[in-house]
Amino acid sequence: MTSDTPTLDVRDLKTHFFTKAGVARAVDGVSFTVGKGEVVGLVGESGSGKSVTGFSIIGLVDPPGRVVSGEVRFKGQNLLDLKAEQMRKLRGNRIAMIFQDPMMTLNPVLRVDTQMVETIRAHDASVSKADALARARDALGQVGIPAPDERLRSYPHQFSGGMRQRVAIAIALLNKPDLIIADEPTTALDVTIQGQILYEAQKLCRETGTSMIWITHDLAVVAGLADKICVMYGGRIVEQGLIDDVLDHPVHPYTRGLLGSVPGHNTRGHRLYQIPGMAPSLLNLPEGCAFQARCPKADDACKALPHITNPVPGREIRCFHPHLDQDEEIGA
Amino acid sequence: MSVFIIRRLMQSVIVVAVMSLIVFVGVNVVGDPVDMLINPEADQAEIERVIRDLGLDRPLHEQYLYFVGNAFEGDLGKSFVFGESALKLIVQRMPATFELAFSALLMAIVIGVPFGVYAGMRPNAISSRTIMAGSILGFSLPTFWVGLMMIMVFAVMLGWLPSTGRGDTVEIFGIEVSFLTADGLSHLLMPALNLALLKISLVIRLARAGTREAMHQDYVKFARAKGLSETRVILVHVLKNIMIPVVTVLGLEFGSLIAFSVVTETVFAWPGMGKLLIDALHNLDRPIIVAYLMMIVLVFVIINLIVDIFYSVLDPRVRLKDAGQ
Amino acid sequence: MSDAAEQTTAHAVDPVKVETPLQRFVSDYADNKISVVAFIVLVGIIFIAIFAPWISPTDPYDLAKVSIFDSKLEPGTKSMDGVTFWLGTDSAGRDLLSSIFYGLRISLGVGVMSGVIALCIGSAIGLIAAYYGGRIDTLIMRIVDIQLSFPAILVALILISVLGKGVDKVIIALVLVQWAYYARTVRGSALVERNKEYIEAATCLALGNNRIVFRHLMPNCLPPLIVVGTVQTAHAISLEATLSFLGVGLPITEPSLGLLIANGFEVMLSGLYWVSFFPGIALLITIVSINLVGDQLRDVLNPRLQK
Repeated sequence: MTSDTPTLDVRDLKTHFFTKAGVARAVDGVSFTVGKGEVVGLVGESGSGKSVTGFSIIGLVDPPGRVVSGEVRFKGQNLLDLKAEQMRKLRGNRIAMIFQDPMMTLNPVLRVDTQMVETIRAHDASVSKADALARARDALGQVGIPAPDERLRSYPHQFSGGMRQRVAIAIALLNKPDLIIADEPTTALDVTIQGQILYEAQKLCRETGTSMIWITHDLAVVAGLADKICVMYGGRIVEQGLIDDVLDHPVHPYTRGLLGSVPGHNTRGHRLYQIPGMAPSLLNLPEGCAFQARCPKADDACKALPHITNPVPGREIRCFHPHLDQDEEIGA
Repeated sequence: MSVFIIRRLMQSVIVVAVMSLIVFVGVNVVGDPVDMLINPEADQAEIERVIRDLGLDRPLHEQYLYFVGNAFEGDLGKSFVFGESALKLIVQRMPATFELAFSALLMAIVIGVPFGVYAGMRPNAISSRTIMAGSILGFSLPTFWVGLMMIMVFAVMLGWLPSTGRGDTVEIFGIEVSFLTADGLSHLLMPALNLALLKISLVIRLARAGTREAMHQDYVKFARAKGLSETRVILVHVLKNIMIPVVTVLGLEFGSLIAFSVVTETVFAWPGMGKLLIDALHNLDRPIIVAYLMMIVLVFVIINLIVDIFYSVLDPRVRLKDAGQ
Repeated sequence: MSDAAEQTTAHAVDPVKVETPLQRFVSDYADNKISVVAFIVLVGIIFIAIFAPWISPTDPYDLAKVSIFDSKLEPGTKSMDGVTFWLGTDSAGRDLLSSIFYGLRISLGVGVMSGVIALCIGSAIGLIAAYYGGRIDTLIMRIVDIQLSFPAILVALILISVLGKGVDKVIIALVLVQWAYYARTVRGSALVERNKEYIEAATCLALGNNRIVFRHLMPNCLPPLIVVGTVQTAHAISLEATLSFLGVGLPITEPSLGLLIANGFEVMLSGLYWVSFFPGIALLITIVSINLVGDQLRDVLNPRLQK
C-alpha cells in the first residue's frame, strides 16, 4: 500500500432495493474517497441514501437490497470481491460501524463485557478472556466511561442513552480499526451529550489516525468535525469538497437550500429559507436530476442526468446550473 | 409484587373452592350420591351404614362442609376397584404423569426451537415453508391418532420401540423414574414425543416469529457489524432474546400437557394419573374420579399460580434489573 | 391502518371496479389456491356427511347385510357378493369406507350442532357483558378467564365425569367447553363497536335495547365470530373424537370417527393398520380443511389486512 492510496475509495457504487412495488435506487452512482485519518461527512435528508451507502461499504445491506455495481476499495482492495467469511473478518476489525439509536444497538439480554469480549475474540481467538476484558476496560475508559470495571458487568438498560453510545463507540474502537462508519450516532442524543461525543470522536481520530465516515442530516455536526463533506440527494452525491469551501460557497442549488434553511447568527428576524416540496420517494425518482422538481433553477436540461463536473477547484458537483456567482441570494 | 402474589393467591383459593363446589354438586345433585360413592354391589345394611357415615342424610350445605373437611384431611373416599384411599392412588401415579409431561416439554424446546429459528431466518425458503406447513399440520393432527400411528410404525411394523408401559424404573428421592434406564427411556420416547407434538408446533411458531422480529433489530445488525460469525449471532444474540417468550409460554402450557397426558397415557398404557382416570371412568370407580378432579384442579391452580409469578419475574426488564444489582 | 384507509378510498374513487362486498370477498378468498382447494374438500366432506346413507357402498349397520366372513379384509379386496371394499373391512366385516361416511355424518353433526349452540349462547352472553358493562361484565369475563385457563380437554373430562355418557351429554360438554371463546370474541368486538357513533345515534333515536343489540351490534361482530366459529368447530370435532376414543364420549350406537379409530386400536397390534388408519385420515382431512378455510377467512375478513 502506497502512501497516497486512500483508506477508502468508493467508485460508482449502486445499491438498489428490489421491492414488490418496484426497484428503489437507494444508492445510484456514488463516488468518494476517505484518506487516512480523514473525517468525511455524508450529509442528506432521510431517504437520500446516506445510510445505505454506509451499509453497502460494510457489506450489511438487508434484502431485498443488493449492491448492484461499483467498487468499494478499502486500502486498495475491492470489498465487493471478497467472500462472506473474508468480509466478516474485516467487519468490526478493520472497518467498524456505530449505529444511530444507542437504545437499540446493544443486545438487551447480554452483559456489556460479553458484547465487548466477543468482538475481540471473533477476530483473534488466541486472546485470553482476561486480556480481552482488560482491553474492553481500556476502551471504556478511552471513551470517558467512569468506573469501567463496574460498568463491564452491567446490562445495557442500566446505562443512559449517551453512555450506551459511548459503549458502542468503545466496541467499535476495540480492534483499532482503520475506518469507522458512524451512522447518525448523535441524532438520538441530547445536544450536550452530542457535543461530548463529537469531541471524543474527533480526539480519537486525531490520536489513532483512524479514518471516519460520519453520516448525518445535521450540517452543524459535520461543520465542526469533518474535513470533507459529501451532500447526498436522491441516491447521488450532488456536491462534495472540503468542508469549509462547501459551507462558505455552496455551488449546488440543493446545498444552498440546505444551508439556507439552517438558522444562524445573521438570520434573526428573517424568514428562514425552506426548500419547496418534499423529498421524492426513491421508488419513483424522476429521470435526470433528482432535485429538479424542487429546484428554483431547473429547466429542460435537468431531465438528463448531470455528470460530475468541477466548476471550482477541489469541488465535484452534479448540476447543470451551479451557483457560481456567490452574491446571488440563497433561494432566489 | 407481593400485592400481586397475594391477590393471585386469593384468586386461586376461590377457584379451588368453586371447583370443589362444582364437583360436589355434580356428584350429589346431578348424579345420585349413593350410586356415585357406594360400591354398587354393597347390600342394603351396608348402604345405610355408609349413608350415615358420609352424612348423606343431612342437609346439603352440611354435607358440603363435611366433604371439604374430609378433603382437607386427605380423605376423598376409597377406590371400589383397589380398595385403597383414592387420593393415595392418585398421588402414587403422579410422578409418571409429571415425568411424561416434563419430557414432552423438553422435547418441544429441543425440537421446536431449532426448526422455528431456521424458519425465521429464511422465511421464504422452501424448507422453511415445509416446516411451517408441518406445524399447521401438527396443530390439526388428533393427538391420539398420531399416537396410534406411531405405535403402528415404530412398534408393530419396525419393532424399534416398545408400545406400552414405563419399562424399567429407578428410584430417586423415593420417586420412580423411567428416564434413567435405557429400557425406561425407550418406553418414554414415543409417548413423550406424542404428547409434545402440539407444543412443538407452538414452539416453532413462537421461535419463528421471535427470530423474524429479532433479525430486523439493530442489535443483530450491530452484532454482524462487529464481525461475529453468523453462528454466534444466531446462537447467542438471537436465541437468548427469543428464549424468554418461548419459556414463558411453555410454562403456561405445562398444565395443558398434564391434561392432555390423559390421552397419551391411554394410547401408550402409561401408568399415570390420566390412565387411572380413564380406567375409573370405565369402571365407574367414582371416588377415584372425584379425587382426580380435585387433585388436577389443585395441580392446575398451583401451576398457573407459579407461572404467573414467574411470568412477572421473567419479564426481561424486571429480571435484568434484579440480576444486575 | 392508514394504509388500509388509503386503499379503501382508492377503491371508492375507482369507477371501473365496482364490486359488491360479496364479489370482493369471493375474489379475495380465491387469492390463495390452497384455501380454494380446502374449501372444495370441505364442501365434499359436508356433502358426504349429509348424504352418507345414499352414497355409501353398503350400510355398515344393517346386520342382515354385514357378513362375518368379510371381516378383516385388506383394502381393495372383493367381498363374497362382489362388492369391493376399497378401504378394507373391520373385525365385524363392515365396509370401512361406508363406516367412515357414516362416521363423518356423526362427527360433523355433533361438532356443528355443539358449535351452533355454543355460538348462540356464547354470543348472547358476550353481548350482554359488552352492552351492560360494569359488574355484569366483570363477573362474566372473570368466569370466562378462569374457564379458558383450563385446557378444553380437562374441562370436557370434568363435565363428562359429572354428566355421564351419551350423545346429549357430549354435546352439552362441548357447548360448555366452547361458549367462553364465543363470549370473549363477541364482547371484544362489541366493545369496539359500542363506542362508535352509529350506536350513539341509535341510542339517541331511543331505539330499544334489544333492537340496538341485535340489529346494530350483532351484525358488526359477525366477521370475527365466523372465524372463531370455523376454528372452534374443528376443535369440537377433534375433541369429540378424542373423548369417543377414550371411551367416555359417544356410545357405541353412534360410531363417530373417534370410535372407529378406537375400534381399530384393538386390532392394530395384530397388523390390521387400515381399520384405524383410514378413519384417522378422514378426521385429519376434515380438521385441516376447516382450519385452512378458517385461516383464509381470518385474512380476508380482517379489515386491517384488506386489500
